Amino acid sequence: MIICTSKMEYPLISQCKRVQKQVMVNSEKERVSLLFMKALVSRGSVDAVSQQMASHPQYLESFLRTQHYILHMDGPLPLPYRHYIAIMAAARYHCSYLVCLHSAQFLRAGGDPLWLQGLEAAPPRLRLLDHINKVLAHQPWLTACSHIQSLLKAGEQCWSLAELVQAVVILAHCHSLCSFVFGCDTDSDLAHLAKSPNGTPPTFCPFDAANGNANVPQSLRQPSEHITRRRSLDSSCDMVCLKERIQKSQEEQEKREERLLQAQTLQQTDVEDEEEMLCFADPSRFITDPDFCYQEFARRDEDHLQVLRVQDYSWEVHGFSLINRLYSDIGHLLDDRFRSVTSLPSLHSADLKRAIWNYIHYVLGIRYDDYDYVEVNQLLERDLKLYIKAVACFPDVTKTPVCPLSWTLLKASERIHVNLLIMEARLQAELLYALRAITRYMIA
Amino acid sequence: MEKMSRVTTALGSSSITGRTMFCHLDAPANAISVCRDAAQVVVAGRNIFKIYALEEEQFVEKLNLRVGRKPSLNFSCADVMWHQMEENLLATAATNGAVVTWNLGKPSRNKQDQLFTEHKRTVNKVCFHPTEAYMLLSGSQDGFMKCFDLRKKESVSTFSGQSESVRDVQFSMKDYFTFAASFENGNVQLWDIRRPDRYERMFTAHTGPVFCCDWHPDDRGWLATGGRDKMVKVWDMTTNRAKEIYCVQTIASVARVKWRPEKKFHLATCSMMVDHNIYVWDIRRPFIPFATFEEHKDVTTGIVWRHQHDPHYLLSGSKDSTLYQHMFKDATRPVDKANPEGLCFGLMGDLAFAVNESLVSSDAGRKPYPGGDRRYPFFSFKKPNPTEQFAHVSSALSVFETDLDSSRMDWFVKTAQLYLLSGKPFTELCDHNATVAQELKRPQVRRVRTKIIIRITGTANLNVSAFSFSMKEMGPESRLERCKGESRPDNVHLDLTSFPENEETEGSDGPTEYMFGDAELDDDDLYPMEHDNQTVPEEPVYTLPPEAFQLRHEIIDNPSAPEHLQQDKADSPHVSGNEAEVACLTPIESFSLISISQPLYSPHLHASFFCPIVREMLSHYAERGDVQMAVSVLIVLGERIRKEIDDLTQEHWYMSYIDLLQRFELWNVSNDVIKLSTCSAITCLNQTSTTLHINCSNCKRPMSNKGWICDRCRQCASACAVCHHVVKGLFVWCQGCSHGGHLEHIMNWLKNNSHCPAGCGHLCEYT
Repeated sequence: MIICTSKMEYPLISQCKRVQKQVMVNSEKERVSLLFMKALVSRGSVDAVSQQMASHPQYLESFLRTQHYILHMDGPLPLPYRHYIAIMAAARYHCSYLVCLHSAQFLRAGGDPLWLQGLEAAPPRLRLLDHINKVLAHQPWLTACSHIQSLLKAGEQCWSLAELVQAVVILAHCHSLCSFVFGCDTDSDLAHLAKSPNGTPPTFCPFDAANGNANVPQSLRQPSEHITRRRSLDSSCDMVCLKERIQKSQEEQEKREERLLQAQTLQQTDVEDEEEMLCFADPSRFITDPDFCYQEFARRDEDHLQVLRVQDYSWEVHGFSLINRLYSDIGHLLDDRFRSVTSLPSLHSADLKRAIWNYIHYVLGIRYDDYDYVEVNQLLERDLKLYIKAVACFPDVTKTPVCPLSWTLLKASERIHVNLLIMEARLQAELLYALRAITRYMIA
Repeated sequence: MEKMSRVTTALGSSSITGRTMFCHLDAPANAISVCRDAAQVVVAGRNIFKIYALEEEQFVEKLNLRVGRKPSLNFSCADVMWHQMEENLLATAATNGAVVTWNLGKPSRNKQDQLFTEHKRTVNKVCFHPTEAYMLLSGSQDGFMKCFDLRKKESVSTFSGQSESVRDVQFSMKDYFTFAASFENGNVQLWDIRRPDRYERMFTAHTGPVFCCDWHPDDRGWLATGGRDKMVKVWDMTTNRAKEIYCVQTIASVARVKWRPEKKFHLATCSMMVDHNIYVWDIRRPFIPFATFEEHKDVTTGIVWRHQHDPHYLLSGSKDSTLYQHMFKDATRPVDKANPEGLCFGLMGDLAFAVNESLVSSDAGRKPYPGGDRRYPFFSFKKPNPTEQFAHVSSALSVFETDLDSSRMDWFVKTAQLYLLSGKPFTELCDHNATVAQELKRPQVRRVRTKIIIRITGTANLNVSAFSFSMKEMGPESRLERCKGESRPDNVHLDLTSFPENEETEGSDGPTEYMFGDAELDDDDLYPMEHDNQTVPEEPVYTLPPEAFQLRHEIIDNPSAPEHLQQDKADSPHVSGNEAEVACLTPIESFSLISISQPLYSPHLHASFFCPIVREMLSHYAERGDVQMAVSVLIVLGERIRKEIDDLTQEHWYMSYIDLLQRFELWNVSNDVIKLSTCSAITCLNQTSTTLHINCSNCKRPMSNKGWICDRCRQCASACAVCHHVVKGLFVWCQGCSHGGHLEHIMNWLKNNSHCPAGCGHLCEYT
């Protein structure tokens, strides 16, 4: 299975030395590259999202740890389920990038390729999740005790509380990640590539060259197509990495066109793989009721009962205690994420960060008693508010025109910082609503 | 002496009476507080701010402080405190960051007195000085504590904790100038009210937020803290370093903690989430709550002892919009319900069992075992009990010794190892497993097996003669092994009852009866036991789960009994195991036979026809404690039987069997079973706990949580010498030069080369 002919050895060795040299780089970039290195060696890929976050290594670390934990570590849900739930979540926003990514991982985890034909082909248990997925994605304040009950009391197909909590965490994580992907415009790149006539699959290294990201140690090709085929523990990953490295070293000497050619030939060897084609499926097949979308919360505000007041249900006190009880350790990981995103060093003042955070929670119906919302208008310019709202509530390329951004004066890392804030605030908001519903269910 | 006089002045004037009672509030409460004479209680919440009088039989609403048509957020209270000296003075902490004081002596409807809006975030806690009339302390989400002099318009001093949000502030009961503050990051700080620049002392009390703290009312140095990490800790603050002297582990994050008056070691806690009860703990007995109040339907948000010198009345407010007065005498005492039993295995298989004496005696009276007392070396002891608060418990301790020579589970290990579960056609698997059983000298198993085969095939009028051969073969053998015969009658007996439709051939009936009689005649010592089994087929042995089954072995296994008896008893489950093993074969074997001799019967008909019988039998043996058989049959039969048995049962069997296998350290077998099982809950066992801790091959340090790169030396760990890539699976290395790599790479390399691929010059060899 392992291909290791003599002609491959030399480029490989030099490649490895080069990689090692890169790992030796000092300072902050070192931390990032080490993280990437780890991700690469353990998962066989570094996705585009992680690269975008590379400007904030401290945050990236806790993000990767959480993501790794909920998708790959101990938990009540089987691995293919987790990725399928992620697909469902990303499909809500037609985020083809995440759908592809998780489709590949779904197959890699041993999932049934049939399920990727659409939600109808999935087991009824997963189909049950569709409703809460829809609500959480677009109007999380509607999440009610009855939704939880319908999932937990569904007879044969019922969910256990622990499974549900993990599913909710994955849903919220992916929804908010969609916002980030949209905000960073990652998706449109991919969509473009996916439609490109030469048939390069979207997971096929679009980023290393596009970003000019020199400190990214590896090409970013998704190994999905190989790995779905062979799932032996060791060799499959090696296989992919080997190919990647061959690819990379050749790439250094040759021009990009030649590399693409190479990629095509490589792909052609695998062209018999039907499965991979499923990755490029239309995301809308994983959802129902595609017209359901965000509605202005303020207008539906007549009865104040729907408002979630942080003083009555906060992440630190209530959310954490509940989630950590039902899905051990996740509370600490998420706590770490929320903390690190608020403590990121940045040009923004703490007031501005708080304004952004509270504004996102405001549009999602969460109110802080101790915050004067006039500050939001003072601190956030109109187009920034528009941007935030678009990214937080309509992160869907098929529906929203690409960000109306005139604040190009900001540095890229600052922009990513804002996107991170949006992502985390959304994540917390969804979790709060879902957990509040679960709490009510438990009391009732 | 001083304390005594205070008590009399406090309680003497109006002794407190009352009963357990409650009243409905209009809205969820966030906090409650009582006035000094224990006659009134104030309840505060987001939408409620009322004063209730505590009367003999009920709560009576005295005053609604929430006035105005559209009350401002200043009325939305996170905390409330009633001054313990001035009975007209209250303070609230508002969720919008305001600190408000209220003067009940004001003539107008609005009793609001002063409003301090200095905090930027929600104020979590307000606290009056216990003796000073005008001193108020507040702690806020913004990380600051402020001290207010109520005669002035603004705070007199601000304390910056420098460590996140303040969760609680409490003035010391004894030290005039000292207060404690607890923080969201787990710290607790001690401050001197005169020195706002710097805390006197700081220590980390909990991981995660410390939600509450409370000074001991009598003991100068004790501070109790409760945190999100579900712990209550008691700290001795008199020493230089704060020392943790007691720790209570609760089941949910601790929201409030209050020392019980007049009881040095008691404190009350309530939780922030999930758990709605109020617990009173004796901190010296941290495992079971001393008393529990279980009235609330939602989380309890505020608890307060009604009078600071009366330990019998507890008031509580809750999110379920009720206010309760709990009488201590009505509390639930979990200790009373606890069943003090202990069971432990010794290193050599001895079993010690301690139980409440009363239970033992009554049990013995109810059901005397044959020759019971003689067998069990009983002795009892009294626990010395220093505190009068706990009932004396005396228990009887029994120790059952085992005879080491007879390790009764040998059969289990052997069969587990030898059984083939997959990889061959069904018939071969069955034959193999049957042979295994036979080799382990379980003739009666085989006999019963054949009987079943005959029974099943017999219904189809199949070639009985083919089996009579094996019958005859088995007969003498079983007769030779008398001891085994002893348990057989009951096997057979049960077996027959479980198959009412059986049409046994004479051949199978004969040996059974014969053996039965044989055992009876042969060994008088055995007779009582056997008799017992026979007359009471529902004896616990057969209903206990596998673990308990072993216990039963131990009990049976007494010094007076002959050794072969033990062996025999141990054999019996195995017997049944193989028996079932064979039974599982039967449908398959029968149709294979049919296909040879009488092709009239289609295999499918038979498989489905016998499924109910097999299922019944499987559950029968599983109930009798032999999951090995049940699981082996399940796996070997695969699809044929799976649908007949519901998933939960299957899962249960698998889990039990895997558990047993792992106890015997049969890791490979248990992994096989996991892999071959079809329950999703079982197969995913292989995906959990897959962490493997490794050290870096370069610097010999432990590797970090994940990844293949060492944090210290920045090298890929365990690289292959051939491809220089990380080896994640099988790693092979030369014992001479300690270089190595992927198994296949090294193999390929050493086919063509004799030197080490690392270039060290060593002449490696691959064998």
